[in-house]
Parts: sequence; structure tokens; C-alpha cells
Amino acid sequence: MSYKPYYSSVTKKIIMSLMGLFLVTFLVVHLTLNSFLLFNNNLFNEGAHFMGTNVFIQIFQWVLFAGFAIHIFYGIVLQIQNWLSRPKGYKRRAFMEESFFSKYMIYTGLLILIFLIIHLGNFFFVKMGWVGNGVPLTSNGEENMAQLVRSLFQNGGFVAFYVIMFLLMGFHLDHAFQSAFQTLGLNHKTYWDFIKGLSRVYAIVVTLGFVIIPLFIYFKIV
Amino acid sequence: MDLKLKIWRQASRNEKGQFVDYEVHNISPDTSFLEMIDILNDELVEKGGDPVAFDHDCREGICGMCSMFINGHPHGPEAATTTCQLHMRKFKDGETIVIEPWRARPFPVIKDLVVDRSAFDEIIRAGGYISTTTGGVPDANAIPIKKVNADLAMDAAACIGCGACVAACKNASAMLFVSAKVSQFALLPQGKVEAKDRVKDMVAKMDELGFGNCTNTYACEAECPKEISITNIARMNRQFIGAKLG
Repeated sequence: MSYKPYYSSVTKKIIMSLMGLFLVTFLVVHLTLNSFLLFNNNLFNEGAHFMGTNVFIQIFQWVLFAGFAIHIFYGIVLQIQNWLSRPKGYKRRAFMEESFFSKYMIYTGLLILIFLIIHLGNFFFVKMGWVGNGVPLTSNGEENMAQLVRSLFQNGGFVAFYVIMFLLMGFHLDHAFQSAFQTLGLNHKTYWDFIKGLSRVYAIVVTLGFVIIPLFIYFKIV
Repeated sequence: MDLKLKIWRQASRNEKGQFVDYEVHNISPDTSFLEMIDILNDELVEKGGDPVAFDHDCREGICGMCSMFINGHPHGPEAATTTCQLHMRKFKDGETIVIEPWRARPFPVIKDLVVDRSAFDEIIRAGGYISTTTGGVPDANAIPIKKVNADLAMDAAACIGCGACVAACKNASAMLFVSAKVSQFALLPQGKVEAKDRVKDMVAKMDELGFGNCTNTYACEAECPKEISITNIARMNRQFIGAKLG
């Protein structure tokens, strides 16, 4: 049998899941660095400096961008195919999805994409000097990323926006983590409940971690 | 029981359909869902109308022919039950019941509630078979098979190919059906000969026919009248990865 030149549905999904797990790992690294803000501004600045100058990180940054791009691209392609596969819908359709947030992945995903662009505009693009007035400096003349973050989160609107977007990301992650394992064929009745539990714990812990930082800054707890 | 029915009527494949309201009266709660439609059809025929076309055959829950989407669920609201095994006692007196055909691009409506499911046959033709030697009948127990694998293969083989998984899936994906058909062979020594080609060919055919992509919503498993497990989909994915890499 001859095969068409494009990837099969299962191959596309495997690529989606591998990129997704890569992004899941990235979020842990990102949250770890952010959490420095809760303890010490200088520690956060040093972390940001390391991420901004380390050669390995600089190269890996492009791998990360590619990971996002591939995940988003295939997510949209798969979704369009899925919409086309049912041209006429049902008059009455019960909620049958066992993984609750699985039904809304394209919507949470697209909102996260919008958030990602705004988030890059708030920090990364400022650091690169593409937008804004650059990163404020410390008394030693070094970049004060902590100050940039803290000044943004004095704005209640931004805090609310970030918190809502983090919650949407949490919904996305709740389905995403265990779904990736299923797609990669790693589902066995002996450990499947553990994977599902781990997926939920990951989604809750990561979401809470990201949420408390802008809230703590806004309410001057740290 | 008195019931209001909202049934999809469509004269033929290419004609536009619409919902038509009917009422049935004095239905026994012990009537099966298909018998209830039979009663409605008798009344329609007596009045000179066109009876509602629907698929059915064994009416014992094993043939996979019945296929109605009832009140938002394939095969109706009762879990692990085909439409023919569903009884009217599962509904309330005076209730309005919406009855629709399976909706999926590869399952076009032929008439009313009857859809063309030959797409499933095409997937089976692509790889749902094994090679075997001809000649005398071999001893059934000549090849040792682990009990756990025999059980899992039998569970997968319980799939009756009704298409409820496709009907339930928000993406009209056929992954549960295809994975059951892949698994029933993959778990047995007789199926190992074509294992790699089977999974690749059946997935390729599934894609070609226009079924959607699985997004692991697990609605298929929840709605399957034979309770086929999504672990079959994971097994198919493992097989697929192995076949592509190996």
C-alpha cells in the first residue's frame, strides 16, 4: 500500500504530545526561576542574567520557540481536520467527555497563545530592546528584571489578566499531561490512575505557583 | 407511557433532512426502544405514511447494526447498552426524546436514521485479517497463549463495530474501533505476522476516509456499548510507534 507524503494522524499526535511534554518541563523551569522573586530580588536578577547570557540556554531558547511553534501548528491543523470530520452536528448532545477540559483545548490553547504574545511583550521584548524603555538598572548598573516584574504587577489590570490566563493554562495542563502519555502509548491499568493523579497535581501546583507571584507582589506580601 | 419524539427524517443521501415531531401513546415500560419505533412505524403505515428507516438485525446486542443517537447519547442514556437492549423504562412518561442518526463525514446518512458504515469495512479490509496456512484443521490448543493476553484479545474482539465511538467523539474519530481491531490480533501469536503492516495500513485507511483525530477525550470508552477500553488506543499507538521505527 502506498502512503501519502504527509504525516498520519497518529504521527501528528505523537509530535504534539512530545512537544507538549517538552513545554510541560519548560514550565517547571520557568516557575522555579519566578519563585526566586518570592525570596530575594537579587537571586531572581542573577537567575534572569544566567538565562539571558548562558550559551547553552541561548541555543535552547530557539529549541523552545520551535517547540511552541510545532505544538501550536499541529494543534491547529488537527483541530481543523476534526471540525471537518463532522460537517453536521447533533441537535442534542450530552457532555460525554471523560477528561473534562479535553473539549476546550483549542480555545484554552489559543487564549494561551494570545497571552504568550502579550507576556513576551511585557518582558522578553523589553529585555531585547524591541519595545518599551528597556530594563531598569540596579545601583550597580545591572539589569533589574525583578524591578520590571514588580512594576508591571503594581497594575491591578495586569495582575487580573495574568491570574485568569494562568487558570486557563491550568485547565489546558490538566488534560494535556495525562493525554500525552495516552498518545505515546503509555497507558496501563496498573499505573494509569497514578498518571492521571500526577497530571492533576502538576496542573494545580504549577497554576498555583504562577498565580501567587503576581498576587503576592500586588498585595505587597513580598 | 406517552412520549413525544423528535426524529430526523431524510428521504435519501442527497436530500436535505429535518426533524419531524411524533407522538406515541400507551407504550409499555417493558417495550424495547426499537419496538417502540416499530409501534410508531405501524401507525405511520396504517395512516399511509412513510415509516422511519432505522438499522437493526439481531436485537440481542451483538450484531452492531442499531445506531441511533438518542437524547444526546449514542445508543441512548444507559451505559454499556445497545439501542435494541434499551428499554422504555429508562425514560420518563411524557418525555420528549430526540432521535438522530450518527453524524460523521465518513458515515453519510442513507435514509432517516440509517447511515452508511461501509467505511468500517474498508478499514477492516486494509488490515483486519491474519495469514494462515491451509490444510487440515489444527488443534485449537496447539499454540500456548498467556491467559492475560487471551482475555485482553477477547475484550478487544467484543467490539461489534456499531460506530458509537465515532458518533460520540467530538472529533468523529474512529480510534477506539481501529484500536480494538488492531489489538485483537496484536495480542495473539497468529496476529504477529502482519502486525507492523496492519497498524500502519489501518491507520492510513482511517485517515484517508476522513475520520477525525483522537484528542483523548475518552467519550468513546464512556459510550461504547461493549465497554471497549481506551488502553486499546494506547496499545495501537505503541504498535504504531514500533512499526514506524522498526
